[in-house]
Amino acid sequence: MSSSTEFVKHEVAHHFVDAEQEFDSAKLGMWTFLVQELLFFSALFVAYAIFRFLYPEMFFEAHKHLSWVMGGINTLFLITSSFTMVMAVRCAQTNQNRLTIINLILTLIFACMFLVIKYFEYSEKFHHGLLPPALFTGEGVAPQLPIFFGLYFAMTGLHGLHVLIGIGLILWLIFRSVRREFHADYYTPLEMVGLYWHFVDLVWIFLFPLFYLIG
Amino acid sequence: MKTEKLVGHGWFPQAATDAASGPDSLFYFIYILSIILFIGILFALGYFLVKYKRSPKNMQATGQLIHHPLLEVAWTVIPFILVMIIFAWGYRDFLKMSIPPVDAMELRITGKKWLWQIEYPRYGVKTVGEFVVPVDTPIKLIMSSEDVIHSFFLPNFRVKRDVIPNRYTRIWFQANREGVFQVFCTEYCGAGHSEMLATLRVVSNEEFKEWLKVGSSGGDIPLPQLGEKVYTKYACNTCHSIDGKTGVGPTWKGLYGANRVTESGSVKADDNYIRESIINPNAKLVKGYSPVMPSFAGLLSDREIDAVIEFIKAQK
Amino acid sequence: MSNEHGNYLTNPKGIWSWLTTVDHKRIGLMYLLFVAISFALGGIFAMLLRLELFFPGQQFFTAKEYNQLFTLHGAVMVFLFIIPSIPATLGNFFLPIMIGAKDVAFPKLNLASLYIYVFGAIFCLASIFLGAVDTGWTFYTPYSTTTDTSVVTMTMGAFILGFSSILTGVNFIVTIHKMRTKGMGWFRMPLFVWSLYATAVIQVLATPVLGITLFLLILETTVGVGIFDPVLGGDPVLFQHFFWFYSHPAVYIMILPAMGIMSELVTTFCKRNIFGYRFVAYSSIAIAIIAFLVWGHHLFVSGQSDYAAMIFSLLTFLVGIPSGIKVFNWMATMYQGSIELKTPFLYFLSFIFLFSIGGFTGIMLASLSLDVYFHDTYFVVAHFHYVMMGGTVIAFLGGLHYWWPKMFGKMYSEFWARIACLFIFVGFNMVFFTQFLLGAKGMPRRYYNYLDQFQPLHAFSTVGTWVLGAGFFIMLFYMLHSLFRGQRAPQNPWGGLTLEWQTSTPPSVHNFDETPIVTGGPYDYGKEDAHV
Repeated sequence: MSSSTEFVKHEVAHHFVDAEQEFDSAKLGMWTFLVQELLFFSALFVAYAIFRFLYPEMFFEAHKHLSWVMGGINTLFLITSSFTMVMAVRCAQTNQNRLTIINLILTLIFACMFLVIKYFEYSEKFHHGLLPPALFTGEGVAPQLPIFFGLYFAMTGLHGLHVLIGIGLILWLIFRSVRREFHADYYTPLEMVGLYWHFVDLVWIFLFPLFYLIG
Repeated sequence: MKTEKLVGHGWFPQAATDAASGPDSLFYFIYILSIILFIGILFALGYFLVKYKRSPKNMQATGQLIHHPLLEVAWTVIPFILVMIIFAWGYRDFLKMSIPPVDAMELRITGKKWLWQIEYPRYGVKTVGEFVVPVDTPIKLIMSSEDVIHSFFLPNFRVKRDVIPNRYTRIWFQANREGVFQVFCTEYCGAGHSEMLATLRVVSNEEFKEWLKVGSSGGDIPLPQLGEKVYTKYACNTCHSIDGKTGVGPTWKGLYGANRVTESGSVKADDNYIRESIINPNAKLVKGYSPVMPSFAGLLSDREIDAVIEFIKAQK
Repeated sequence: MSNEHGNYLTNPKGIWSWLTTVDHKRIGLMYLLFVAISFALGGIFAMLLRLELFFPGQQFFTAKEYNQLFTLHGAVMVFLFIIPSIPATLGNFFLPIMIGAKDVAFPKLNLASLYIYVFGAIFCLASIFLGAVDTGWTFYTPYSTTTDTSVVTMTMGAFILGFSSILTGVNFIVTIHKMRTKGMGWFRMPLFVWSLYATAVIQVLATPVLGITLFLLILETTVGVGIFDPVLGGDPVLFQHFFWFYSHPAVYIMILPAMGIMSELVTTFCKRNIFGYRFVAYSSIAIAIIAFLVWGHHLFVSGQSDYAAMIFSLLTFLVGIPSGIKVFNWMATMYQGSIELKTPFLYFLSFIFLFSIGGFTGIMLASLSLDVYFHDTYFVVAHFHYVMMGGTVIAFLGGLHYWWPKMFGKMYSEFWARIACLFIFVGFNMVFFTQFLLGAKGMPRRYYNYLDQFQPLHAFSTVGTWVLGAGFFIMLFYMLHSLFRGQRAPQNPWGGLTLEWQTSTPPSVHNFDETPIVTGGPYDYGKEDAHV
């Protein structure tokens, strides 16, 4: 294992008094940002609740078009990736740089697998024309079926976008880890991206039962 | 008969319903309270400005009062009580105005860009732009829209409600005097929003029955005159001018017999073309205009369509 | 390292150093420039549409062009001007200084917010040339999903601007929590800082809901979501609920910082400690919280249930009370003071006058039975202009005149500033008091054409815009004169006690040469150890 002396020393930004103030600020900032993320998704969940209340049969019919197996596997992927993310932060705190990198790469792989499965799910929907209203060509009993797929694509699409951004951030973390910038005295970006990643995971944990497990 | 003027009766247009006394008196209550308070504020400001003006004698504040429990409680509790009174007053009248009596006469209102269509289900009568109701009778309006959101506003009756596609909203009123009153659309709905007007004619019971029989159909007026009536009554004038000006739709001046250029070719504006344009407006749309005209199928009788054609012929 | 003792305006020099700066003061000034341009643009739209309304019927514009004009006026004024007006300019500049910090917590993020703002603004302005929007700034469905104008470009712009606002909010919250200097306890913060804190909370909690609503609207007009589309079984009124869930709290994003400025003005120009500090501080927070629960008062005639209408009406009255008490507190602060009638204080007085009228008419509009009558008439238009312009813009101008010497190190002509203030006050009342009269007579808003009987009042209102415009023109003139030819400003021209007056004029790059240590309240006038 490498010792902390070989790491890149972190300079505290000029406007902070000390590293502690810098870390606390970053952490509070990230939490505040996540609160806004929560509200960003909340309107979608409210819309979902209203329409599920209005058209329960339609939602029941629609969920049969989704594969709970694929959704379930994706849930597992994301939960595991959250775990490897935590491990990456932990390893940085104990100066195990190589393990940090390995854990980050694992997180990256799970995130990509999630998107691969999502791609197969989406292309299946495209094939059957189960799309938002303007593009909808699918078949179904309930006349409001397009609304379900409007919501489905809006919500999972926005979540997918967050996963994509997460992948970019994790790549950035790997790059910086390789340069040995994270260690027991400085791991702020790891911790912040970690928080973000858990949030993305959490949103999916709500999306999965709401869309795939109805009835 | 001319539509009654809205201006010239104090703050509000002259009421034509007993229910108006609720909101009107609440308004004057708040108004007087506000004036008293406002004068108090201005007086205090003026007094402080004169009395505590900075001068060689008054370079520093003479006191640093930062708390005065009695004052603070007073200016919290008194406004609180006042606004609670105002709240209850407003809510009471709001409820009164939103729950129609069971025996109210029902009218169906349909809003579409940019006209109001009124139907009397009990009598099988339909009109556009002008509707007639008997005095001293509760009237309930069941409203919906065919396109975007509109809002039905009767200033003299202090009622207003949005008119929404695929949903029914309702208002009710009871006129206490005869007259002709203004109707506005108050939810923005596009280029013709400010032309989406209508009139409400309140008449005696006898006159109302008479109107149901003859007045609503046009009777035996000569065709061109009937056409002119239809032109304003059905709000054709909102979009089609007769003086050559371009509006939302083409002008009627010199229209008859002219060649019309459409997306798919050219067509002569003869009787059949005009008839088709009334029944199915978007079939042969003149180039450069948007497909916004609603169909008048079922709204205009054959005789009224003939009358419109005659009226257009007369606009040379 | 930059020169610690140089002033921020000239160290370092060059356009590039400004475009890449992370200094909150420079960022604040750049915001000020963009916000001023937006205000001028929105103002020109307003004057054009008032010109059209001088007579009924067509004068200069077609109905569609008129509709585009009032939409652009509203959208530019709301999204580009008034939301960022005070927080992003004066807030950015003075928040860190007032709490004794060297910068905001995330200076790079602050610069990013500015660029996001510019990026969003480009979208908004581009939409003018791509078929200007004619939906009204509220974008109500289903009109907005069926019109052929460039709704997507404009809403995309507003969506992006939202993130600028959110990130500024995040930055301010963290700055206030973590960056206060030694001795700067929560109750030693100037009230402007408190109001910015409350504002930031709303920015972070409400703006994302607008973001997602506009996102859904964009989807609805392109691929469809169906939830706002009545044909598919969607609910167009749901859009109004979502929209006002943001846009009502947004009203407090606009007015709370203005109230903060009022507290600064009254204390400095009366040499008085503020009456009821804690009340004024807490009431900002209380207003920010209740602000989230009153959106339904925009929907009293939209067919929501009578029960919901009752709750929303009740809460609306409750949110009015703290605002009223703040006015009483400011007036009580004048008592036994030493009042200096400089231009910023003239704006303070204008604010009390205009905001009171806005408040009284707000009480009328909160009453259910009266709102049914006034809804969507000129009465509402007049009311929110009395609050937004008579409140926020007047306070913004007051703050600008108050801090101008500190920001630029130059004085402006007191004489011309007073003349401009008078023009603005008189012109404003001419324009908008007339509109109360029109609205009470039933004149609906967003009308291109109107009944002949309304003509005299409309004409008077239009003439008012010329007086108002003249006031702003005079201001532009003497402000530019001040920048280039103005007298050097002393360090503390008004004798203020808050920290920004204790540092050099203009402030040095890192705000303070020596990190200040705070030992007392922000308005300790009359105390022996007050640091002035």
